[in-house]
Amino acid sequence: MTDVLKVPTMAEMMAAGDKPEVLFWVGCAGSFDDRAKKITRAFVKILNATGVKFAVLGTEESCTGDPAKRAGNEFTFQMQAMGNIQVLNAYEVKKIVTTCPHCFNTLKNEYPELGGNYEVLHHSQFLQQLIDQGKLAVQGGAFKGKKITFHDPCYLGRGNDVYEAPRDLIEKLDGELVEMKRCKTNGLCCGAGGAQMFKEAEKGNKEINEERTEEALTLTPDIIATGCPFCMTMITDGVKLKEKQDKVNVFDLAELIAQANDL
Amino acid sequence: MGISNIIFILIFAAAVLLFAKHVKFIVRNIKLGKDIDRSDRKDERLKLMIKVALGQSKMVKRPIAGILHIIVYVGFVIINLEVLEIIIDGIFGTHRVFSFLGPVYNGLIGSFEVLAILVALACLIFLIRRNILKIPRFHKPEMKGWPYTDANLILIFEILLMSAFLLMDAADYNLQQRGVDHYVKAGAYPVSVFLAPLLSGMSDSALIMFERGMWWFHIVGILGFLNYLPYSKHFHIILAFPNVYYSKLDPKGKLDNLESVKKEVELMMDPNADPFAAPAEPQGEPERFGAKDVFDLNWVQLMNAYSCTECGRCTSACPANITGKKLSPRKIMMDTRDRLEEVGKNIDSNGGEFKDDGKSLLRDYISEEEVLACTTCNACTEECPVNIDPVSIIIDLRRYLIMEESKAPQEWTMMLTNIENNGAPWQFSQADRLNWKNEA
Ligand code: SF4
Ligand code: SF4
Repeated sequence: MTDVLKVPTMAEMMAAGDKPEVLFWVGCAGSFDDRAKKITRAFVKILNATGVKFAVLGTEESCTGDPAKRAGNEFTFQMQAMGNIQVLNAYEVKKIVTTCPHCFNTLKNEYPELGGNYEVLHHSQFLQQLIDQGKLAVQGGAFKGKKITFHDPCYLGRGNDVYEAPRDLIEKLDGELVEMKRCKTNGLCCGAGGAQMFKEAEKGNKEINEERTEEALTLTPDIIATGCPFCMTMITDGVKLKEKQDKVNVFDLAELIAQANDL
Repeated sequence: MGISNIIFILIFAAAVLLFAKHVKFIVRNIKLGKDIDRSDRKDERLKLMIKVALGQSKMVKRPIAGILHIIVYVGFVIINLEVLEIIIDGIFGTHRVFSFLGPVYNGLIGSFEVLAILVALACLIFLIRRNILKIPRFHKPEMKGWPYTDANLILIFEILLMSAFLLMDAADYNLQQRGVDHYVKAGAYPVSVFLAPLLSGMSDSALIMFERGMWWFHIVGILGFLNYLPYSKHFHIILAFPNVYYSKLDPKGKLDNLESVKKEVELMMDPNADPFAAPAEPQGEPERFGAKDVFDLNWVQLMNAYSCTECGRCTSACPANITGKKLSPRKIMMDTRDRLEEVGKNIDSNGGEFKDDGKSLLRDYISEEEVLACTTCNACTEECPVNIDPVSIIIDLRRYLIMEESKAPQEWTMMLTNIENNGAPWQFSQADRLNWKNEA
């Protein structure tokens, strides 16, 4: 087990006259949020272990503009987008993988009209491909008998119709996948989307993350899995609020795979 | 041609004209919206319309309501074939003009009767669900008053229409049995044959009166119903089709990129642009960013408002609404329609020009609080049986708030400043973006 991650940047690769197969878009949460950074590291461990030739933009990466756009500030969004597209196009990026469904959605759907055309994958899809190509084998043992439920991130599920890739990954873990009543197309938001992450909620009688966490907890799962750094924050807070953090873990799909393979 | 035929023709013509006039009003209102190009992917749109509008694929997501609705819908459409005969009979004074079709005719009317009783039953169950079981989504604040009455009126009306149809057949059957002149032998029909004995005590003339009464009630009722539609959420039976056809085909997560902003940003980012050059001649009025009023929305959004059935499926799936926030996507659609109707009437009473009434969709109808509460989760668009997109309206209103009025909650202002200054919604330096690499 090694903690030294190999994370080449695009600039380094370019200087060496090399090109990656895929660009890993880390995202703001993945770069700065303490909990999300663990997801980033787990995903990189898998990339390193499977020998995927990837690179990150590093300090050249900047916010996709998603929260600005959803808060209604199209200016800030487009400024961010144009800046990012200039960088991505200069490096002739063709394929992007990201651990954030918000970045995924924005890069995939909103950048093309602004001149940024890439093949964009969420990490669940990318991991799925690695498995299909025989490059990644998941060792189930660690999760045998564990009850795992999956919280669909809105921008992955409803936003982009990706429901199966995350579930296929969980199935590989040998655990027991249990579904909440509101799952897949009916999934309930964690409360973070639409830039809500960055402000207090409007007046109501409950926080959305509490409502969602309660639903997950009715299944008495060992693990609540998700595939979004913002859902991670919301559900983790919800579990703490319900004082269940000793019984229930919240993990990202990448973390589950990394743990299963003892990376 | 008798006097009753003339009366019929007059009523019929008046009803059709009145309806056409109201439809024109609605079409004009929808066209007040800005242009949006939805002329692409025609095959896909057609298929979607057949599946979602005609096939009601999204209705059955909630099986009880879905199946009952399909019964009412199929029944309603098919029974209206009978209206064709009624109209011909009404104009020419014939009776059951299609009865020469023999067994085919009998089969048709027979199946209409079965449908009619099913429709009436379904409507009864709907009434019970609304008024006795009090399904919560029918009792949200925006459903108070007219919307609540509207829903009940329609259901009661449908039951009355179906009863009239069945009773008419029952009287007719008695008259046929007695060999009364004019009442062609058309045979017994599956439902009315059981109702017939109830009327058998009546004299010939009373029966004829009764049969004619039911006939008139049925047709005048249907014409009345037609003219009620444009005032009601029930206009969806017409607009559901174009509404689904022109709905958004892109992934739900995608929001449109504002063209007006794009032009300005491109100019700002263009290294060759001369910063001291005089700005290009503004062409007409500068476009408003986002939406303050219905004029700022596009015609698909306005058509959405007229297509909303007020079913509340969106609201019952909305995380904000579920947790007690004021936001209700159904209310967004109802408010948009109400405001649009108000604007339309304003235009009509001011000789075709809109006279500023000091009101707008934002604030007078939809509050900032509602606009800010949306998580853009798309549960509402997923739920909507006619593919309405409340999120796009919410986002356009937000855009106006943020870009035209700079009215963002303070936390958002901070977040936006951070993105602009250091490329992340939090206050972290861009230079630290790769620090995670070496943190264990
Ligand atoms: S997108 Fe907004 S309005 Fe629609 S369900 Fe989600 S929170 Fe509610
Ligand atoms: S927007 Fe759609 S789901 Fe919501 S009330 Fe109207 S018709 Fe029903």
